Amino acid sequence: MIETRNLRKNFGAQPVLDGVSFRIEKGESVVIIGRSGCGKSVLLKHLIGLMQPEAGEVLIDGENIVAMDERQLLRVRRKFGMVFQGSALFDSMSVAENVAFGLRRHEHLTEAETARRVAETLEMVDLPGTENKKPAELSGGMRKRVGLARAIVYEPQIVLYDEPTTGLDPIVGDSIDQLMVRVRDRLKVTTVIVTHDMRTARRVGQRILMMHDKRIYASGAPEEFFASPDPVVRQFVDGVADPKETQF
Amino acid sequence: MNVTANKWLTEWLAGLGRIALLGKEAFVSFFTFKIAWRDLLYQVFFIGVKSQGVVLITGAFTGMVLAAQTYYQFHKVKMDTATLAVVGVSMCDELGPVLTALMVAGRVGAAIAAELGTMRVTEQIDALRTLATHPVDFLVVPRLVAAHIALPLLTMESIGIGIGASYVVGVQLLGIDPAYSWYNLLRYTHDVDVVIALIKAFVYGGVIALISCYKGLTCGLGAEGVGRATTEAVVYSSITILITNFFLTLVLDKIASLL
Repeated sequence: MIETRNLRKNFGAQPVLDGVSFRIEKGESVVIIGRSGCGKSVLLKHLIGLMQPEAGEVLIDGENIVAMDERQLLRVRRKFGMVFQGSALFDSMSVAENVAFGLRRHEHLTEAETARRVAETLEMVDLPGTENKKPAELSGGMRKRVGLARAIVYEPQIVLYDEPTTGLDPIVGDSIDQLMVRVRDRLKVTTVIVTHDMRTARRVGQRILMMHDKRIYASGAPEEFFASPDPVVRQFVDGVADPKETQF
Repeated sequence: MNVTANKWLTEWLAGLGRIALLGKEAFVSFFTFKIAWRDLLYQVFFIGVKSQGVVLITGAFTGMVLAAQTYYQFHKVKMDTATLAVVGVSMCDELGPVLTALMVAGRVGAAIAAELGTMRVTEQIDALRTLATHPVDFLVVPRLVAAHIALPLLTMESIGIGIGASYVVGVQLLGIDPAYSWYNLLRYTHDVDVVIALIKAFVYGGVIALISCYKGLTCGLGAEGVGRATTEAVVYSSITILITNFFLTLVLDKIASLL
């Protein structure tokens, strides 16, 4: 369903992705982990065509989206919902307007039907009755939930999460983890999560891909991953810094 | 030095090309996709209604100064009653559209660039794209169309209040004969002058909206990027208005003389 082939991306002279290849099947829940700045979010943005690679292919249901222009990409993006690290809510709109955005643009529903779908989705993310609030009035966890509601209200086939629990306290982070599992199971969506939170990776992922040295370094089920003897994987899983490390 | 100049010229030409492409994309979008009327109305309100204060003050004081200055020069050659005619033609052909556009560029251009720039750095524009919405359809077209509608209306207001204020200064303050002043104003200010003002204002509306949207959509990251985009939107819009005005004056006056 989602496949990348030999993806390469540079920022100026600095390579960020250097031959990234993997495949994600329909309905699968995959977590991409890796150290800060290793190119996880860049990779995620390539999957939905927000960034274009220097070389390689991104195939969505067999269609190579790298060759597409922005207008053609809009058609493919209707299959996706994306939750951003900073939520990226439209701050000039209310919560209801944010959540209804995708519905209003692409589905010709009555106002009553739109309001019902918005209320249902807000209920699903445990935020009932917040329709009239502005994003500025919400906490970080609530903003993430509204971002998730906006991404799933039109029932996409694939949901992408960019660092969904970063910046949240462990309890709110845990509730977001539960929410991601709930959305995955209830809507039967393909889920791709970029995170460096190992707890999220263990709870939500059916498979973990680890990025290291600008490519996919390791892949496996969470239990295999956490038991891996590989020193690079071990260091990341255990969260142990090399005393000689100078890169922060 | 040559390398720097070449780089600057290349970047400038590339920027010009990208603004032209943005204009083309907006043009195609306007005729191909359904416009969001609610957004368009809001933008007309923001660009048009909210700019009235600054535009009316500018128009009024420009007309008053022009009347006083023209009167003092014309009085020496006993042409006092031609004062309002000069004000009328000047306000219609040049001062009305140009000063209105410069004031709107300062107020609205900065706001558009800052708003879109902030949306870019907070990933709101990426969010739009993930929601299968083209930023040009949703952000640029309503602002561009609203500016095309609002600028001519604001310019007419500015010209009207400018001439009115000049009449008050000329007749009430400086003692020019009102009947001859009015007669000369109507005799020398023609319909074509009003049409020139409207055409210029329509063009400047597009200049302000396109440059400001472009600067916002392509701004650098962080607060510094937004700040720079805002400044550049105002500066480049203002300079483009002044340069375009020269060429529009030549072309439109030539066409008017042939009519």
